[in-house]
Amino acid sequence: MLGSSEQTRVIHIPMFKTSLCSLLIVFLLSVVSSSFGQVKVLSFEEFERQHLNAEGDTLFVINFWATWCRPCVAELPYFLEAEEEFSSDEFKLLLVSLDFKTDLDLKVKPFLEKKGIGSEVVLLDDLDYNSWIDKVSEEWSGAIPATLFLNPEKGIYIFKEGEYEKEILLNQIRQLL
Amino acid sequence: MKSVVLILSIFGLLGSFSAQAGYEVGEVVNDFSLKNIDGNQVSLSDYGDAKGVIVVFTCNHCPYAKLYEDRIIELHKTYSAQGYPVIAINPNDPEKVPEDSYENMKKRAKKKGYPFVYLFDDTQNVAKDFGATRTPHVFLLEKAKVKYKVAYIGAIDNNPQSAESADQFYVSDAIASLDSDQPVKVTNTKAVGCTIKWK
Repeated sequence: MLGSSEQTRVIHIPMFKTSLCSLLIVFLLSVVSSSFGQVKVLSFEEFERQHLNAEGDTLFVINFWATWCRPCVAELPYFLEAEEEFSSDEFKLLLVSLDFKTDLDLKVKPFLEKKGIGSEVVLLDDLDYNSWIDKVSEEWSGAIPATLFLNPEKGIYIFKEGEYEKEILLNQIRQLL
Repeated sequence: MKSVVLILSIFGLLGSFSAQAGYEVGEVVNDFSLKNIDGNQVSLSDYGDAKGVIVVFTCNHCPYAKLYEDRIIELHKTYSAQGYPVIAINPNDPEKVPEDSYENMKKRAKKKGYPFVYLFDDTQNVAKDFGATRTPHVFLLEKAKVKYKVAYIGAIDNNPQSAESADQFYVSDAIASLDSDQPVKVTNTKAVGCTIKWK
């Protein structure tokens, strides 16, 4: 009895390892594909809970943009450069698309793919702008691009409406890190 | 001499800050004169008979301005007969966005058959005076004796994508209030739009 159970174990352990390996591969593949193709669609309440009310000692840089907004598209590379330059422990970039939800597959995903953008992107799906713009910042008129710098633990909550120049953005981030 | 320069520069700074802030609801609006797409100058003071004016900062290129274009035409058709015509103003620098040049304004207005004046704010001073920040950006003015004062600032309604899906009609509601001598309930709204392309 004992021998057979030992034998079973000997047979099963490599099988277990194989299945664990394949599970890991599937998991890794899904992580890679999600970072490129997936854009979470959030209501304002979800966005507020998950991002505006985030916790921790990290500088969250939240950029509000849209594929149709020329100055937004022009400044996006600077945010991507910042993401490359600063470590992910102390810096986290979030791109908040204000495109219509109906344009997600038509415009937003093809845009991200074309530009090779693998950063975290969410689509904020709430067209009743007047109900939430002030909750992001009372300084925001609603024009985009607009950017929020947020470090919950350090009490940083800085909002800026308008387009960034590369060096001004990078300096702003360096100052806040 | 230095102190004079200092004082002047302080005033200069204050001036630029106040220009940026723009009019608030209840404030009296300065007269302005801008070139219409037909080549004629149009002033606010030309609208002596109106009960109010729907000033809309808008432009050719901005997708949000385009989405609201038909609704701006409808506003004029509905309310000019009631004494509230639309004055559309393009404040964008055509150096930044060639699509918003004076020539292209004419083309756009002709193509869409704008029933309202479409003025070019080439110095951008009117947009600065108003404190306009985006397109489209509405300032509903009401006649106060001789001058005009601001009654409402913000969006036309609460759904840019589809007029049918909107369920709050800020400009129409404000005009209805003015017309029945009631206070305007919602005097300021915010909306996503394109930044004004400053020089």
